[in-house]
Amino acid sequence: MSVDANGYLTLNDAGLYCPAGDFHIDPLRPVARAVVTHGHGDHCRPGMGKLLCTPQTAAIARVRYGETAFGQIETLALGEVLRLGEVSIWLAPAGHVLGSAQVVIEGKHGRAVVSGDYKRRFDPTCAPFEPVACDLFVTEATFGLPVFTHPPIEGEIGRLLASLATFPERAHAVSVYPLGKCQRLIAELRRAGWEAPIYLHGSLRKLTDLYEQLGVAMGPKLDATAARKEEMAGQIVLAPASALRDTWARRLPDPVICAASGWMRVRQRARQGGVELPMVISDHADWGELCATILETGAQTTWVTHGAEDGLVHWARTQGLTAEALAIAGRENGAEGEAE
Amino acid sequence: MTPFARLLCALVFTASRNAKLRVLRRYFEATPDPDRGWALAALCGKLDLRSVKPAVIRALVEERVDPVLFRLSYDFVGDLAETVALIWPDTGAKGAPLLLSEAVDALRAAGRQEAPALLARMLDRLPADERFALIKLATGGMRVGVSERLAKTALAQMSADVSLEDIEALWHGLEPPYVPLFAWLEGRAGAPSVDLALAFRPMMLAHPIEAALYSAGEQRENTQGEALTLARMAERLSPADFIAEWKWDGIRVQAIATPSGQRLYSRTGEEIGGAFPDLLAAMRWRGAVDGELLVMRDGEPAPFADLQKRLGRKAVSARMLREFPAHIRAYDLLHDGERDLRDLPLAERQARLQDWLARETPVRLDLSPPVPFESWEGLGQIRAGARAAAQEGLMLKRRDAPYVGGRPMGPWFKWKRDPLSADCVLMYAQRGHGKRSSFYSDYTFGAWTLGEDGPRLTPVGKAYSGYTDDELKELDRWIRAHTTDRFGPVRAVEPALVFEVAFDAVQRSSRHKSGIAMRFPRIKRIRWDKPAHEADRLDTLEAMIAQ
Ligand SMILES: [Zn+2]
Ligand SMILES: [Zn+2]
Repeated sequence: MSVDANGYLTLNDAGLYCPAGDFHIDPLRPVARAVVTHGHGDHCRPGMGKLLCTPQTAAIARVRYGETAFGQIETLALGEVLRLGEVSIWLAPAGHVLGSAQVVIEGKHGRAVVSGDYKRRFDPTCAPFEPVACDLFVTEATFGLPVFTHPPIEGEIGRLLASLATFPERAHAVSVYPLGKCQRLIAELRRAGWEAPIYLHGSLRKLTDLYEQLGVAMGPKLDATAARKEEMAGQIVLAPASALRDTWARRLPDPVICAASGWMRVRQRARQGGVELPMVISDHADWGELCATILETGAQTTWVTHGAEDGLVHWARTQGLTAEALAIAGRENGAEGEAE
Repeated sequence: MTPFARLLCALVFTASRNAKLRVLRRYFEATPDPDRGWALAALCGKLDLRSVKPAVIRALVEERVDPVLFRLSYDFVGDLAETVALIWPDTGAKGAPLLLSEAVDALRAAGRQEAPALLARMLDRLPADERFALIKLATGGMRVGVSERLAKTALAQMSADVSLEDIEALWHGLEPPYVPLFAWLEGRAGAPSVDLALAFRPMMLAHPIEAALYSAGEQRENTQGEALTLARMAERLSPADFIAEWKWDGIRVQAIATPSGQRLYSRTGEEIGGAFPDLLAAMRWRGAVDGELLVMRDGEPAPFADLQKRLGRKAVSARMLREFPAHIRAYDLLHDGERDLRDLPLAERQARLQDWLARETPVRLDLSPPVPFESWEGLGQIRAGARAAAQEGLMLKRRDAPYVGGRPMGPWFKWKRDPLSADCVLMYAQRGHGKRSSFYSDYTFGAWTLGEDGPRLTPVGKAYSGYTDDELKELDRWIRAHTTDRFGPVRAVEPALVFEVAFDAVQRSSRHKSGIAMRFPRIKRIRWDKPAHEADRLDTLEAMIAQ
């Protein structure tokens, strides 16, 4: 392969742009043609002339934004190749949430891969990440510091179940992101043998139903807002963090506030959020996995974006690779919350 | 180390006292000796393993981790022990699990030379949570929100027959890892035998007089007037049964001196003698005295703020000793030499205290003389007349009462002087913990100062109490509706709501932007009616500073 794939990507005020194919990837504002890695709000935004993504991401975008939010939605199955201008593109699974994909751009100068968000762990709700050999790898770095090692999810789920046994009179309210984390947690709880109905905050319902329609089993669910207070004692309630911080939480019987996020690895951060049971469960690669993935792609050049870029850039350079931090506006998420 | 690491983790994230007790009790019940005893010692600050300093830990990690990555990580995490615990490379070494007692024994035996390498070898064997526990253990300072008293309360809950008071009575004669203590708690042995001559005697504490006079619903300061209190006192309590004395504004202490040494204990039984070498040196007498620790100049007690400068210091400079001389004002005599006086009635103990003072002629120790009075009304006037900074109010003690540890209802009352108060403006509100976690229940309020661009609010205090549950709900609604800014769990609000804040005193403070600090501020009344610009100015508060 030639090593000039750098030319396939540039940065403009809408984000990452491929001049040879005339499209943006996960643009920050409406553009004529957007290739979108997955359905999270910081990657898939409304108002695009043409949206190109996996069929599952398209379904998620329709549920989130409505049918009229895009001029036209075009889907591309994983591995299916599409010619755009001077390049071919195809999508490879990213293992992040249902429908998430890496964008592979290929032409006569080589191959570039934009990872979007990804993880390397097993997830019963989506296809596993597949490393793609390339010349230029654009990686996320949400957990791009060596303090982040995600423990096995079984242990984290086990701690939740142990707490339910210890406090059978208290609801266990887990703060989750509505897309991905919510459904993965449900699926993992089922895998661990939790068969009781799971109570959901209203804002989680639509996407969870969609997962089921797309073939991911979720088991019995109930509406937490309509439930009687007593019936949620000893049960699992899922809600967005904002609802648990707000008056909504008062409907729950003496709740144990839990959170499922990679940030929970750092105690001080977890405590500030008033969390009583932190679970280190992330849909992103941890430090070791970020490093291993960079090496696995064989890319000579790595661009780092979306999180703690400095650490990963520093590490890549110590490995003799070319590495740059991409400061994409609107992506500086830092410590404030898990970038989706 | 696994159970201990889990314990620390659970304690860090548990806000409510009851839940913490449950976690502690379960740990003590499930963990064998001697591990649980070492854990108890670590929680109570009784484990001295100062062989490893933070700088040593930092050096160890920088040998193993790229310094740039370490610095970036430390910036992000903010706590050295936690950063090191998280970033320490997993070696995959899998020996037998490391017991807490093994780690303690090894660290106790190690000198400064070998301790770092030893610690590194242990860290190599552990996962991140346990590394955190080990580093905390090695460097001291758990900071998991467990007081010695809370730990002892959990111990008492393990047994139907042993009470918290029983444990406290023996505590100062016990040593880690407390194997006989646990045997006693589990009913496998009798009470441990200990040399108690220098041990802390559980202190006798008083209830506020209002507790005896008003029912629970009535008790808030703002509903009761002085006249009603006096009327009820006249109705229910006979002045002839009581001795009155000043309640000095220092800290309650117990001072014990025997041929084998001297001890100075705080109200909760913590040893504080280290910060008061001047007092210990002066304790040439024999006995056990209950009194107030004060800074005293020319026979006059200095304000509490002066005493604060002496509290909690490891090293006391000659200058501190000169400028803030410590002194005990004696209320009671618990032991005269070896003779235990606690079963005698107060009137008898007081007579013996006076004899004892005449006999021993102690230095840095004098009598808190009884305040003579005929009627409650007359005593009320004496109390109202006393505005000296060092008098917090009066104590009323039954003449016939023996000295019993704990807080029995009936024999002792405190009759504090009326608190000071000021009208302050709510500036910030923060969400509470536990049951209050969805309510804005912690309030920062300010007083007006004149800035260059007009009047501005300067924060002067924080309060978490003094309101009813209904008022909390109303405040919560008001705060959500008047938010101007948010930072994490904190909201800034429009300067539009006035609190009447009660507090015991105002002190000068260089740590606060306002230059003052309130003692025990609480919300006395929510002044929904009062326009914010009519609230008090900072100089009004400054004028209240205790002289
Ligand atoms: Zn993202
Ligand atoms: Zn995402």
